Amino acid sequence: MTFSDEMMQYPREELLHQINTCNATQVEQALSAERLDMRDFMALISPAARPYLEQMAQRSHQITRQRFGNNIYLYTPMYLSNECSNGCKYCGFNASNKIPRATLSMEEIEKEARIIHNYGFRHILLLTGEAAKLADNQYLVEAIQRIKPLFSSISIEVYPMDNAGYAQVVDAGVDGLTLYQETYDPELYAELHPYGKKRDYRFRLEAPDRAGVAGMRRIGIGALLGLGDFAREAFYTGLHARYLAKRYWRSQVSVSFPRIRPADGGFAPLEIVSDAQLVQMVCAMRLLLPDAALYLSTRENATLRDNLMPLGITHMSAGSCTAPGGHSKEVESTQQFAIDDDRTPAGMSAIIRAKGLEAVWKDWDSAFLNRAVGAMDDSRVSTSL
Amino acid sequence: MDELVIAGRSFRSRLMVGTGKFSSNAAMAAALNASGSEIVTVALRRVDIDNPDDDMLKHIDLKRFLLLPNTSGARDADEAVRLARLARAAGCEPWVKLEVTPDPYYLLPDPIETLKAAEILVKEGFVVLPYINADPVLAKHLQEVGTATVMPLGAPIGTNKGIRTRDNIAIIIEQAIVPVVVDAGLGAPSHAAEAMEMGADAVLVNTALAVATDPAAMAAAFAKGVEAGREGFLAGLGKQQQRAEASSPLTGFLRD
Repeated sequence: MTFSDEMMQYPREELLHQINTCNATQVEQALSAERLDMRDFMALISPAARPYLEQMAQRSHQITRQRFGNNIYLYTPMYLSNECSNGCKYCGFNASNKIPRATLSMEEIEKEARIIHNYGFRHILLLTGEAAKLADNQYLVEAIQRIKPLFSSISIEVYPMDNAGYAQVVDAGVDGLTLYQETYDPELYAELHPYGKKRDYRFRLEAPDRAGVAGMRRIGIGALLGLGDFAREAFYTGLHARYLAKRYWRSQVSVSFPRIRPADGGFAPLEIVSDAQLVQMVCAMRLLLPDAALYLSTRENATLRDNLMPLGITHMSAGSCTAPGGHSKEVESTQQFAIDDDRTPAGMSAIIRAKGLEAVWKDWDSAFLNRAVGAMDDSRVSTSL
Repeated sequence: MDELVIAGRSFRSRLMVGTGKFSSNAAMAAALNASGSEIVTVALRRVDIDNPDDDMLKHIDLKRFLLLPNTSGARDADEAVRLARLARAAGCEPWVKLEVTPDPYYLLPDPIETLKAAEILVKEGFVVLPYINADPVLAKHLQEVGTATVMPLGAPIGTNKGIRTRDNIAIIIEQAIVPVVVDAGLGAPSHAAEAMEMGADAVLVNTALAVATDPAAMAAAFAKGVEAGREGFLAGLGKQQQRAEASSPLTGFLRD
């Protein structure tokens, strides 16, 4: 059964009705459940759960500490290119926006990577737009190989690839994928993506499956909050995460909660997702998926991020800059979206510590997969740590 | 219509029954009929599978029941594969309940040999229903090689102890992409109901029926247990209430 088939078991109109008619008893039951089913999840993202936010937060906090310990994992994004042939209406890199464009050369990438490495990061997320000729798979693979010695884990947040593409980047050393569906509403999706390869809703929807088949160790999804209506987007995101976790059981599924930020082009959110709704979604997701990594980016402001830290979030970006080359030089090219938490990585780390948590900079090492290391020769692994 | 679908085939009953240990074939036939079951498993080692006059097989109405040959007695993958092939050669449908139990005392299934045999049998076109310990990772591996169900045990076979592997079975159910049939150890109708309430797709029972004073009456009782549990699951069971203690408020900032 593909994820599209699974979505069809929850038709959009019926789903909205079901969510809106959830009652307090269902919410209380969901809060008591050891394991949530999708009905429980519906209750937790419904309006009926709003008076229960504190209880949800307590549960979410407790589960997160139990499963992940007192840790917050840090990573940072690195933008390689803002060239894009898509017309996503909400995005600053939209091909119709007249902005300076840049695609970093391999030398620039390495320079940028060294700065990020010096901040202390060992987990990095590489981003591009979708520009078939300027930043394709081959470009990515070269970039990955260039920076691999500096990082123990490399993730990508780029265009969706075919099976061969994912196999190629996994082979090159990528262990994580982030790919937001943006919206799970196919009609709205068509409206927001008027041209470009990204118009293909289904190709994007099934990309995480292809990454799973390719053996990607971590698969991250999300809906861009502020496009479709909150409850349905939250529901389908949870359904998708659970679907992926069942099928690609060797991969860790993660969920992000990106709220729309001001961007070049002046797109205004179609729906306002409040702080309370964001909290509700984070906590409901934690209760549904006790072992999923939950990501929070610097799209959110410092105060909100600090307050969300104990509620179920496990991974946070820091020191982010959404313009290609933004770490190493004053850049002309503009950002994909405005960030709202510009504290330094060291500053973030101190704040995490002040909350009684530990900032984790490294939690995996792709060097473990180095096939040249034989069974009798593990000294090479230990020296590289 | 709430049906059990295994490998594209639909069944109304979610109770599968075994045919061993009955005091007579007549008692077995009465229990099968009273169970309302549609899937009946038979140990290949017990029957003369290509003999239409086999005394046990004669008592099983093949128009009514899907005969599910099992490989009980096989000690490794090779033996299990050979048994399955024999059953198919004798004209059985290519369905097999895969049992590999090298330990003759507790009859616990061998995970390594079961996985090996499953891989071979799936490739040969069998619909494979493997009997396993309640090991979620093994269940994953088996689903990946293409088995039609997974059949975790509730307790060692014949013990009537109920669902002692509850936490692991719950994980298997949560993660399964094929039907989960709880097999072995179910000693009372309430055990069957419990499995169904947990969200299992079906159960398989044998000893509890065979050794009951009145096997047919016990079969009918199990059928009710299965139905009650299933209906309870579908209706959305209430959860045991546990209050989250409000320590320092975590969401106070939303009101600031």
